[in-house]
Amino acid sequence: MSSNSLAVDKSGNLPSYLIDEGKRKGILAWLLSTDHKRIGIMYMIALLSFFAVGVTLGFLIRLELLTPQGTIVNPQAYNEFFTLHGVIMIFIVVVPAIPSIFGNFFLPIMLGAKDVAFPRLNLLSWYLYVVGSIMILLSIVLPGGAADTGWTFYIPYSVRTGTNMIFTLTAVFILGFSSILTGVNFLTTIHRLRAPGMGWFKMPLFAWSLYATGWIQVLATPIVGITLLLVIIERVFGVGLFDPTLGGDPILFQHMFWMYSHPAVYIIIVPAMGVISEIIPVFSRRTIFGYKFIAFSSIGIAVFGSLVWAHHMFAVGMSNNAEFVFSLLTFLVAIPSAIKVFNWTATLYKGSIELEPPMLYALAFIFLFSIGGLTGIIQGALNVDIYLTDTYFIVGHIHYVVFGGTGIGIFAALHYWLPKMFGRMYNKKVAKVAFWIIFVGFNILYFPFLILGWLGMPRRSYHYLPRFQVYHVIATVGSWILVLGLIIMFFNLLKSIRSGKVVTEKNIWGGESLEWQTQTPPITENFVDIPVVNEAPYEYKQNEEEFLEKEEVL
Amino acid sequence: MFADASSFVQSVNSTFIFIVSVCVFFLALITTMMIIFVFKYNRKKNKKAVNIHGSVPLEITWTVIPTILVIIMFYFGWEGYTLMVNAPANSMVIKVTAQMWSWKFEYPNGVKTDTLYVPINKPVKVLLHSQDVDHSFYVPAFKFKKDVIPNRNNTAWFLPEKLGKFDVFCAEYCGLRHSYMYSAVVVMKQKDFDTWLSAQEEKQKDNDTTSAVKL
Ligand SMILES: [Cu+2]
Ligand SMILES: [Cu+2]
Repeated sequence: MSSNSLAVDKSGNLPSYLIDEGKRKGILAWLLSTDHKRIGIMYMIALLSFFAVGVTLGFLIRLELLTPQGTIVNPQAYNEFFTLHGVIMIFIVVVPAIPSIFGNFFLPIMLGAKDVAFPRLNLLSWYLYVVGSIMILLSIVLPGGAADTGWTFYIPYSVRTGTNMIFTLTAVFILGFSSILTGVNFLTTIHRLRAPGMGWFKMPLFAWSLYATGWIQVLATPIVGITLLLVIIERVFGVGLFDPTLGGDPILFQHMFWMYSHPAVYIIIVPAMGVISEIIPVFSRRTIFGYKFIAFSSIGIAVFGSLVWAHHMFAVGMSNNAEFVFSLLTFLVAIPSAIKVFNWTATLYKGSIELEPPMLYALAFIFLFSIGGLTGIIQGALNVDIYLTDTYFIVGHIHYVVFGGTGIGIFAALHYWLPKMFGRMYNKKVAKVAFWIIFVGFNILYFPFLILGWLGMPRRSYHYLPRFQVYHVIATVGSWILVLGLIIMFFNLLKSIRSGKVVTEKNIWGGESLEWQTQTPPITENFVDIPVVNEAPYEYKQNEEEFLEKEEVL
Repeated sequence: MFADASSFVQSVNSTFIFIVSVCVFFLALITTMMIIFVFKYNRKKNKKAVNIHGSVPLEITWTVIPTILVIIMFYFGWEGYTLMVNAPANSMVIKVTAQMWSWKFEYPNGVKTDTLYVPINKPVKVLLHSQDVDHSFYVPAFKFKKDVIPNRNNTAWFLPEKLGKFDVFCAEYCGLRHSYMYSAVVVMKQKDFDTWLSAQEEKQKDNDTTSAVKL
């Protein structure tokens, strides 16, 4: 990171965290830094690199599916590709992304704190993250090859396959620890380090979303940790836990896996909802509609979301009572998400809306996430799910939620906060062009999945019947458009970090949370004096004053 | 006349159409509102925003109405599902065996085939056995599937209502050739089915005797 040209103060400002290396110099000033901002940047570099790997795999999967079979790779390679794509995108990218990049960088600033509660633990969780991620990449090159079980690791197949299962499972186990540590850290930070005057309901909604997420990370992640450990024990020592040939129960594995992996959907999506809740009021220049409802709906999602895991298993043959309860709760967990969507839309009402790139992504989030959520509701219905489960419908649904939601949320956050992080502005015109290419490519890619699913195309299929081909061709063309948009977007952002227009003003977008009251880029320990908070976020007093003046005139 | 391929088709279709209609309505509503607001309250036209902190009546409205709607959806889904649960007592029982990566079907009289032949308008109960890993017995035309899990011996049933040949897929990923794990259900007239079954029985007996002779 060359910092020579970066904002050495013209106005007598303190050096930013990018320049102030602390005790160590050069690369070590990054690798051994406990500054939450530097750790956030290190997460960003690692995570976006893995995102590039995941996108490449997705691109190759789509290329393979251009014809009914044998376009570019053999079935074994294909099975490894979709497994790796899932493992990387879920466990390495979307689960940690927003908390570890933007949470790390901005949560302490938004709370008016100097750092997270446990800075060294924070650095440790970065190292765990990197070790886990690199292990997954190593599993590709080590003898045996990458796992070919799908990211769900279903037993008995995952006990039988000759691929590097233990390596992959250990990696995910380590990634889980990283996630738990981040959760513990943020929960403590939010409880203990809020600035004077910042009551719970004066916290920005992004902090609320990380709070809800922190609880899910801490409570749900150990379940997947122990599950994967048990699978390793089963594979290594032949102890019968899940494997039927050893007297185990494969369905027990599915229950334990989804007990984490459903809540993980909310670890993935709730922070993105937090980002959207920040962006919408800022670019509408008005207070957010229904602050408390948005805050509590995050908690509602966290609570109800941990009680619906078995909706992934309606076809395994559970008792009717279980099917009844899990279907009903699945429908109910949609309500807090719906409340958020309605409140965001209402926040646009009588705003003063500016369609800057972050806002475009935020609005796209609402649209795409709504499709994701609504396709989830469709599968909540028992009889329909029996038909649609394990088809392309679920693949379309997960991509609308995870990519259309969290992926687009990450892009929104990048366009919103990157200028603050580096003190450089990207080219807004290029950003908007990239946005539209991504938006169009996304829908051309993923909407046909929903149609394929309704037509009965099973997921994880290397080979398919010729009657499905037309939809696969459309989707593959969509993937080209999407990837083109991504390349333009990332190129534009990277270029801005190196040579974008220098920004020194504190409040780039007219936001009212504390990160817009610090220097751009922020200084080490964020504030010269710890701020005192008197108001709820997104008050936009100027609207009120105008209002009062008008009333006085009247 | 368009007959449904199985007795489940109608309930799955109607539940799906109902939920999709509600979803499309809400998606259109949200999207239209967003577009209208973005144009109407664009900063170029609307320099000053108005703060509206919220509205409890509105919050209650958009909590209660969706809650009622999803409970109705749940009910349709549940009602449709209960049709799938219990096989009628007069069902023909066929044993389905899944293994990596093929299907085997075994009839009460011992006949074994790779393709599933069934008579029309007669309920069929399938006993689902897996020899190795998880599979899922999936007949898209019948709008129905059930996982085939080792040691678990799931059962399922269906009532074919249309003559023809329909695909059978494996819906649960099961390794290398998962996507080649095809078979078919052939729905025949009762008369044709009886003829077919007895012919198969004969053939199988012949085979058994010839192989016995060879031994
Ligand atoms: Cu789930
Ligand atoms: Cu399979």
